Amino acid sequence: MIYAYILVMAVTTYLIRMLPLTLFQKEIKNTYIKSFLYYVPYACLTAMTIPAIFYATSGVLSAVVGLLVAVILGWKGKNLPTVAVWACVAVFVTERVLGW
Amino acid sequence: MNTDFKNGIRDGLPIAIGYFGVSFTFGIMAAQAGISPWLAGLISLTNVTSAGQFAGLTMIVAQASMAEVFLTQLVINLRYALMSLSLSQKLARGTGTGKRMLMAFGNTDEIFAVASTRKQDVTPEYMAGLESLPILLWTLGTVAGAIATGLLPTAVSTAMGLALYAMFVAIVLPPARKDRHIAAVALVAMVVSCLLYYTPALKNISSGFAIIISTVLAAGLGAFLFPVQENVSGVRTDETNRCDKQETEVTQKGVQG
Repeated sequence: MIYAYILVMAVTTYLIRMLPLTLFQKEIKNTYIKSFLYYVPYACLTAMTIPAIFYATSGVLSAVVGLLVAVILGWKGKNLPTVAVWACVAVFVTERVLGW
Repeated sequence: MNTDFKNGIRDGLPIAIGYFGVSFTFGIMAAQAGISPWLAGLISLTNVTSAGQFAGLTMIVAQASMAEVFLTQLVINLRYALMSLSLSQKLARGTGTGKRMLMAFGNTDEIFAVASTRKQDVTPEYMAGLESLPILLWTLGTVAGAIATGLLPTAVSTAMGLALYAMFVAIVLPPARKDRHIAAVALVAMVVSCLLYYTPALKNISSGFAIIISTVLAAGLGAFLFPVQENVSGVRTDETNRCDKQETEVTQKGVQG
């Protein structure tokens, strides 16, 4: 029975990802649609981050500290691993060392 | 080894590390729900999606109907359709159907984020490199979490929970700083997303749908207010990004030379 659950989950998720990639092979000419798709990553990533990031750790405060570190380093254009590691370190220090 | 494949592997490494932490948590939860490490690993290998898997796990435990499982996955994961559509316009010309079907398998939030904001062409080789390590560590992290339930200090795994969000911030901020239109779109997405989350009457909207609504509204408004003029290669040529394009061209020529 659990295999049937896994199969339904996997096939549904795969089709959602696969169909748009294979059905839209031609370059879309419409300026509005092109602009829309150009902005999709930035809109999507921001919506996924805020407000979810505030509840990704054991407390809102440590998450805010982690977000601040990520914003400062990201603003400076540091690469992804650097930003990710330092943000995690900031969370760890806030929660365990400072005990907030 | 193909340069694009190698570049993909390099860009995929930080994603893979972040995935290990998140999938470790998933493995722990699966083990606590009475699912064997092998089955937990199978779920991760075949689904490669965090929110969908956590929801699926809850439904397996509750012995929900297949129709419910299908609908939940559809709603939570529908955002991938938008991402795949956006990615379809970023792919190198002449990318065949077979290769598109393969790369679709691992088109996660983070893979999409890195691929769609890449300045150079997105080739099948690049996607293969980009997806391999994250899929591998997503699966291994799940198995490790299921086996070692309780071994990793909670403090470490909660801290790692922030890694992927921090990456999103690092991806959006530099282009938003250069292009105020992108900054405006991101700001609208943030406001809509918060309204959906904190307004009591709207709280029942699933996180998957909230992401879709925020994305469509913000990107739609951006396309309406600040349409982008693109040339054939798909690189922006308006004033704000002209410098970027020239830089990219020079870099590419430099690499080829």
